[in-house]
Amino acid sequence: MTGRQNVAVLAAWIGMTVVVVRLVEAQSTRADGLAAWEQMYSVLTHPRCVNCHTATAYPQQGDDRHVHYFNVVRGRGGLGVPAFSCTTCHQQANADSTGVPGAAGWHLAPLSMQWQDLNDRILPSSAVCTAITDRSKNHNLDGPGLLRHHEGEPLVLWAFKPGRRADGTPRSVPPLTHDEFVRATRVWVKAGTPCPKS
Amino acid sequence: MASYVLTINSRQRDVIADPGTPLLWVLREHLKMRGTKYGCGIAACGACTVHVGGVATRSCVLPVSLVGARPIVTIEGMAADRVGRVVQEAWVSGDVVQCGYCQGGQIMTAVTLLKNVSKPTDSQIEQSMGGNICRCGTYVRIRAAIKQAAQQLG
Repeated sequence: MTGRQNVAVLAAWIGMTVVVVRLVEAQSTRADGLAAWEQMYSVLTHPRCVNCHTATAYPQQGDDRHVHYFNVVRGRGGLGVPAFSCTTCHQQANADSTGVPGAAGWHLAPLSMQWQDLNDRILPSSAVCTAITDRSKNHNLDGPGLLRHHEGEPLVLWAFKPGRRADGTPRSVPPLTHDEFVRATRVWVKAGTPCPKS
Repeated sequence: MASYVLTINSRQRDVIADPGTPLLWVLREHLKMRGTKYGCGIAACGACTVHVGGVATRSCVLPVSLVGARPIVTIEGMAADRVGRVVQEAWVSGDVVQCGYCQGGQIMTAVTLLKNVSKPTDSQIEQSMGGNICRCGTYVRIRAAIKQAAQQLG
């Protein structure tokens, strides 16, 4: 072979190696992303989150996810109805002396972000993932937007510091810390927000 | 204990209370304003409803430390409020009250409803008033009085 041919073979070999390495990297990143998604799913379907991501005309309460007491209804924008809105009771912060949880902008998630079916069963991982990544349903959030939502949305932050019940006992929290949740979201977003197959 | 300056019915009031004290008890015990009633203590009945920053609010579960600078209006302040006065007159003319215990809260909620919806439908009345419980069962007269007030307010 001539020197020129040698260079061409070497270049082709390097090129193929790069492609193979990138493919492996992409595959492992997707696998990492899917693993991270499952961690996120364990948080998103915790009662602190899903109680307001309902498929119903009312919020839910408690770890048993019962219908919200006091005839509370969803109302326009998930804010309740005039004269009986979420802020009739829920303030900007937890009211631990009276057991009422609170955070800025207390409201129900839109019905497009429901993570349960009409029989009160939690949707499977693939369905929640598909909904969350559908920009026609999620307020047009892309991956970085979803990451920002998980990093700083007051109601997301509240889920990890949900305060105390009226009897003084602490509310249960999701299985990950907020830092772990954000880290998992970052991995998932970096992997291109992959969703498991149904 | 901490000190708070509350604006109640357009008047500044100084209060020294534990930060976790519900506004209801600040009104009733510290300030001797007894129009706002204790019903259930868990926000379930609406008898303790007052307006905080214009929002109908359950004072029995609102710690005084979370009131902030928002103005408070109680049933004692309704006569000085245009909508409040009309609603109270409708209550009297419709002879709504039976025992009366819940009616302060009912009126506070009705006033907020009419300030947000000028001509509420039956369904809107039922949803907005749905958290105010009346053991005497005066609901039908309450609904009629709200409609009468809405008509008078134009």
